[in-house]
Amino acid sequence: MARRPREDHYDFLIIGAGMAGMAAAIRLGHFGKKVLLLERHAIIGGLNSFYKQDGRKYDVGLHAVTNYVPAGTKRAPLTKLLRQLRISHADLDLSPQKVSRVAFPGHDLRFSNDFILLESEVSRVFPKEIDRFRNLTEKVKSFDELDLQGPKLSARKILSEELQDPLLIDMLLCPLMYYGSAKEGDMDFYQFVIMFKALFLEGFARPFEGVRHITQLLLRRLRELSVERIMNCGVQSLRAGEGEIKEVLLDNGRVIRADCILSTIGSVETAALVENEAPFVRQAEEKTPRLSFVETISVFDKQPVDWGWDETIVFFSDQEKFAYEQPDDYVDPRSGVICVPNNYQYPDEKTLAEGFLRITCLANYDRWVGLPEETYRAEKARWFEEMVRSARRFLPPVEDAEIEKHQVGTDMFTPRTITKYTGHLGGAVYGAPEKIRDGRTPYRNLVLAGTDQGFLGITGSMLSGISMANLHGLQSG
Amino acid sequence: MTKEECKQVVIDIINDIAPDEDTSDLKPDVRLRDQLDLDSMDFLDIVMELRKQHGIEVPEADYQKLASLDSCAEYLTPKFNEKNAV
Ligand SMILES: Cc1cc2nc3c(=O)[nH]c(=O)nc-3n(C[C@H](O)[C@H](O)[C@H](O)COP(=O)(O)OP(=O)(O)OC[C@H]3O[C@@H](n4cnc5c(N)ncnc54)[C@H](O)[C@@H]3O)c2cc1C
Repeated sequence: MARRPREDHYDFLIIGAGMAGMAAAIRLGHFGKKVLLLERHAIIGGLNSFYKQDGRKYDVGLHAVTNYVPAGTKRAPLTKLLRQLRISHADLDLSPQKVSRVAFPGHDLRFSNDFILLESEVSRVFPKEIDRFRNLTEKVKSFDELDLQGPKLSARKILSEELQDPLLIDMLLCPLMYYGSAKEGDMDFYQFVIMFKALFLEGFARPFEGVRHITQLLLRRLRELSVERIMNCGVQSLRAGEGEIKEVLLDNGRVIRADCILSTIGSVETAALVENEAPFVRQAEEKTPRLSFVETISVFDKQPVDWGWDETIVFFSDQEKFAYEQPDDYVDPRSGVICVPNNYQYPDEKTLAEGFLRITCLANYDRWVGLPEETYRAEKARWFEEMVRSARRFLPPVEDAEIEKHQVGTDMFTPRTITKYTGHLGGAVYGAPEKIRDGRTPYRNLVLAGTDQGFLGITGSMLSGISMANLHGLQSG
Repeated sequence: MTKEECKQVVIDIINDIAPDEDTSDLKPDVRLRDQLDLDSMDFLDIVMELRKQHGIEVPEADYQKLASLDSCAEYLTPKFNEKNAV
């Protein structure tokens, strides 16, 4: 019979040890709360993790840490985040990017962590738009994107009022959508502002050791605070009653109770865990499809800069009208993101031991998910070629034979991989198209954080974990 | 505890939670928020440290009493003294 000893009761239960869950757990740990952090996977990090293949470690979710500002920068999200987690800027070991670019047919806009570069590029490429671009920048700077209650606004609508050249609008939207939009075609203006600040007004950086450095840092904080953590054990189901979650059943059969449950696994995914009441949201109700991606990774025994590939990130589109939508085919290779993690300003001219080229494109989850193993492998091989060929059009030319000669490893992950390792429906990297900004659910003690609360990316998901822990865990109780 | 000592306790906590802020010449009668880069989340941390380090509870309704160093001293000193008297 179910006897419930006191140790099966927690102040907070956190579902998922991704960036959002770990950040929330650290926050609550500081306040001396009794916290249990549950992760179904064998390793921490979620969408922002790493794996080993052929003796090589591959990063999953990190092209760039966005929102980069130097130590001590006032009122910046990164500064706030570090303070809230009591991690010093130096500990993050971030090296700033070199230079990045938005590449459209016949037009390039370069940008770096110094906003002046983007401004001068806009005035070079779109001289008639520069004053309007400056006004837009001012509007972005003064906009309160953290207001959790504000109305929903269309970024495309506002941009078409602020700017006149549709090409400039699409060139601005391309990187911001790729790095932070869960929605097809358009963005919420709040999200546009968050991403404009994160990419253009702040910037990109990366720890020399990649993702692992950040997840290990969070893990160390969790250990220092003695937060209880269970790996390889997820939440099986939630039992509801009287407007709250009464009991939580774990994969290992254990039953626990918690004053507050913070779920970082997604809104629909969380709703589906409630076993005895109708789900409070369903994927079928989503108005636009979830966006998923494929990524190819090529490893070389040569530094990409030796081929003239000296930029950090290149966002490309071979169409003037940039299409950010779920493709009908397996992959849409017309646009994408190229990342060369070698091209950060590492200290003492340090270089990564091998050269990396990572390419991300939009993908169709349904196509990938049902394939028999043979076909799956064949499609992976086919699209790998396609994506690399497409992306190389936007890089300085190198002979195929030269690339082949130096290529020492490749890998690729698909929407299927994402769902398999993180449980996100539809292989979604940025979760459901509509966000629940205050994190509330119909259940008094069940709160959403992370992807479906609305702050996306590495910095965003940590901020989400922190702010939901503060709002629901610390301010109200 | 004197009011001056109480102010020092608050300054020490701010130094803990925001090591990159310069607290060397804070004006006691001006809002902390106007002198330092502190937001409501940081005030939450000040309240937490008061509890953890000193066993002082500040209910949410009283958060605004922590606005400046002077108001902190006004509000917290009696609490410290009450506690020490027990
Ligand atoms: C290819 C790729 C590249 C990216 N590049 C960047 C980048 O360059 N910069 C950037 O900022 N962001 C990037 N991102 C996005 C970033 O990684 C994510 O936005 C962020 O990691 C999301 O964190 P999260 O904690 O909200 O969600 P998640 O990481 O998904 O965390 C949820 C966790 O919950 C676990 N879980 C699921 N179901 C259960 C259950 N029932 N019980 C217990 N646990 C469960 C999952 O295993 C997972 O660990 C990238 C992502 C991908 C895939």
